[in-house]
Amino acid sequence: MNLLWLQSAGCGGCTMSLLNAEGPDLITTLESAGIHLLWHPSLSEQTGTEVITLLEALVAGEIALDILCVEGSMLRGPNGTGRFHVMGGTDIPMINWVQQLAARARYTVAVGSCAAYGGISAAGANVTEATGLQYEGEISGGLLGDGYRSEAGERVINVAGCPTHPNWVTEALIELALGEFSAERVDEFGRPRNYADHLVHHGCSRNEFYEYKASAEQPGDQGCMMENMGCLGTQAHADCNIRPWNGEGSCTRGGYACINCTAPEFEEPRRSFTETPKVAGIPVGLPTDMPKAWFVALASLSKAATPERLKKNATSENLIYPPTIHPHKKG
Amino acid sequence: MSRILIGPFNRVEGDLEVSLDIADAQVRSAQVNSPLFRGFEQILQGKPALDALVYTPRICGICSVSQSVASAWALADAMQLTPPPNGERCISLVLANENLADLLTHFYLFFMPDFAREVYSKESWFAPVSQRFKAVQGDASREVLPARAEFLHMMGLLAGKWPHSLSIQPGGTAKPVQAQERLRLLAILAGFRRFLETRLFGADLEFIGALDSEAALRNFADQGDWRSSDLRTFLYLSDQLQLEQLGNGCDRFMSYGSYRIEGVRQFSAGVRSRGGSVQPLDSTLIREDLSHSWMLQGDQPQHPSSGVTEPSLDNPDGYSWCKAPRLGGEVVETGALARQFIDGHPLVEDLVERSGGNVRNRMLARLLELALVVPMMQRWVKEIDLKEAFCHHATLPDVASGVGMMEAARGSLGHWVSVRRGRIENYQVIAPTTWNFSPRDHNGVPGALEQALAGTPVRTGEQEPVAVQHIVRSFDPCMVCTVH
Repeated sequence: MNLLWLQSAGCGGCTMSLLNAEGPDLITTLESAGIHLLWHPSLSEQTGTEVITLLEALVAGEIALDILCVEGSMLRGPNGTGRFHVMGGTDIPMINWVQQLAARARYTVAVGSCAAYGGISAAGANVTEATGLQYEGEISGGLLGDGYRSEAGERVINVAGCPTHPNWVTEALIELALGEFSAERVDEFGRPRNYADHLVHHGCSRNEFYEYKASAEQPGDQGCMMENMGCLGTQAHADCNIRPWNGEGSCTRGGYACINCTAPEFEEPRRSFTETPKVAGIPVGLPTDMPKAWFVALASLSKAATPERLKKNATSENLIYPPTIHPHKKG
Repeated sequence: MSRILIGPFNRVEGDLEVSLDIADAQVRSAQVNSPLFRGFEQILQGKPALDALVYTPRICGICSVSQSVASAWALADAMQLTPPPNGERCISLVLANENLADLLTHFYLFFMPDFAREVYSKESWFAPVSQRFKAVQGDASREVLPARAEFLHMMGLLAGKWPHSLSIQPGGTAKPVQAQERLRLLAILAGFRRFLETRLFGADLEFIGALDSEAALRNFADQGDWRSSDLRTFLYLSDQLQLEQLGNGCDRFMSYGSYRIEGVRQFSAGVRSRGGSVQPLDSTLIREDLSHSWMLQGDQPQHPSSGVTEPSLDNPDGYSWCKAPRLGGEVVETGALARQFIDGHPLVEDLVERSGGNVRNRMLARLLELALVVPMMQRWVKEIDLKEAFCHHATLPDVASGVGMMEAARGSLGHWVSVRRGRIENYQVIAPTTWNFSPRDHNGVPGALEQALAGTPVRTGEQEPVAVQHIVRSFDPCMVCTVH
C-alpha cells in the first residue's frame, strides 16, 4: 500500500514520536505491513520538484494513494486564503493540496490532535483559523466537511494525541494494510478503539493514592493528581498507563497531570491545566461513568480511611513509608 | 541570471522554501522563506502564566524539551526561583537526552542521505555510502532508530514521555528519581555510549573529545579504513567533496551557554568572531527587525521583551514569516559549532581558525558534542542525591517579567515573558533557526544561511543543487521553531 505523509500546522512531534517505535523499528514495521512510503517530509530523499511531480501524479490519479496521513492542523487564514501555510515551492496553500489529495485517498488518517480537531494550533484567538481535517473541535466538519468520505467510503480516522504514541499510529496503519479496518473500529470522535477504549487512569501507578484520595499538592509529590493538580486521567481516552511511553514513562509517571490531549478542544481547558477547579471543595469533573453522589460518598469514606503511609507519601517527593511487611504467624 | 525556487525542502524539521538567483554556475544571492505561521505568541496572550509550560513545548516536536527549559527558566526568573542541585541535574539530563538524540537524527536521517543521491552515482565511493546512508533503505537507519529509541528511554524515566513533557518546572523537576531508576539511567547511557563508540566513531568517546587539532583529527582518520566508522566515512566524503569550502557564513558566532549545574553553564555563553577572542554576550543588544517579514511594521526593531508579533501579508518587501533577529545590528550564526568555538574546544577553535563556519565544521562540532556530553551525563546521574530535593516551590507575583536563555541542539533559544495578574501579557520567542534562517534586515543585510549560500557552485542542469542541500542541512534547521 502506498502511503503519503504531509505536515502542516503542527510541531512535527507526532513524527518524532513515531520514530520511537520499537520492537520492531518503524521502517521494519512499515515494510513488514507491506506499506510503501511514497514520501515523508522528515525521512525521504526527494526534495523540491521530485516531490511536486509525485504530488501532481497522485492528484491526477496516476499513482494510487492508499493512505494519506496528515500531521498538523489545517490553516484557513488569513481570511480564508490558507496563506498562513503555503507548501514550499508550490505557491499553493497546504489546505488546497490536502483537499485534492484527500479526494483521491483510499483512507485519510489525521495523525495527532492538531490534524484531527485543530489542537494546540487552534488555541487562543485562533488567528490562523486552524481546524482539523474533519472536525473543528468537537463539531464534525473541519476542512473536508462532515460529508467527506475517502475512496473506501470512510470518514477521516483520527489518531488523536499530543503527541501520538508510536503504536497508536503503527497499529492504525497495520489495521488498514490488513484490510481489517471498519467504521466500528473507531469511537464517536473517530479515534481508533485500539487505544481510545481505555482511560489514562487504567494502570496508573498512583492508583493506591487515588483509592484513598491521598493527593499531591505540588509538583514532585507522589500522590494522586486529580484533587489538586488538574489531572484528567479518569476521563481521558487513551492507554498511556497500560503500555507506557519511551520504555517506562507516561505523563502521570513523569510527575504531572494528564491534560486529556486525545480529546477535541483539550487545548482550551478554560482554567489552568495544572489546577483542579472545585465547587465546595469537590473537584469539578468526575471520573467517567461515576455517579456524583457515589463519588462524593466514596471519596469522603476513603479519605477517612486513608492509611498513614499513603497520607505521608502523597505529599512527599520520596518514599517515606514503604508498605509494611507482615510475616507469617509462627506457632 | 536565472532564478530557481526549491521547495518543499525536506529532511529539515518543518516547511522550508529557498529561492536562488544563479549566474555563471554559482548562486549569486539567496532568499530563505519560512512558509508556515501558527501564532504561538498570540495563543499565549492572556493564558495563566504557568500554562506556558504546556503550550511552549508544543512549538516544536524535535526541540520540545528545549522549549520547556527556556519557558521554565523565564518563569523561574519571574518568580526568583532557583532549582535544587538534583533539579538542575535532572533538567540537564533531559535536555542533553533530547539534544543528543537530535544530533544523531540529524546526522543519520537528515544530512548523510544526500550523499546517496543519484548525482553522486558515478563516484568511486558511491556503492558503500549508498548502502549505508540511503534515505529510509540504508543499513544505518535500521541501526540508528533502535539506538535512538533506547536512548530516549531516559525520557520515560525522567520526563514521562518525549516529546511534550511537563516535568520541567521553574523550581526543578516534577519527577524525582528513585534508586532503581538511577541505575537504569546508567545502563541506558552505557548502551548508547557503546553504539556511538562502535558505529559512529570507531573510538572511545574520551579519545574523540580529546582531539585538539585538525591534524589530530586527520591522524585519527588515517588510523583506519574510511569505511570503518561513520565519522571516518564522513571525513573521507568531506575531503572528496571539499565540504570545508562549502557554505562559509558570517563567521560571527553566538551561544547563550548551556547545561546549568550548580548555577554554572557547562558550555559557556558569549560572542566570538573567527580570528577573535570570546566577548561577553549582552542580550540587551538583541533586536528583531521586521523589514522583510510578513509582519505589521513597527517604528524600530524591538527588543524581544517589548516585541510584537502581528502577521500581515501587506508588507511589499516581505518574503518570509520569519523575523530577522540581530545582535548589536549584526548577523550571528548559532549552533553546535558556535557553542564549542565559544566554549574554546581546541579542535573546534583550530577548525574555525583554519576554515571558518562551513558544512564540514558544523557537522564535526555536532559529532564532537555527542562525544563530549555522554560522559557528562554519566557524571550527572552519579551525582544525583536521592535523599535531597528535586523541586523548589514559589508563587508567581501578580506582576513580573522573566527571561529564559539556553541552548537547544540547533543553538540559542530565548523566551521573554511578562505577566500581569497571573496571566501572560506578552510572550516572545527567538529560536536558533530564527537567527540562522532570518531574512534580510532594513540595511538589506542577508541572514546567516542567505550569506552562506552566496557563491555556492551549481552543476549543469541541477534543479535542486546538491551543494545547496548540503549547506542548508548543515545548519540543521528547525522551521517549526523558527516562526512558531
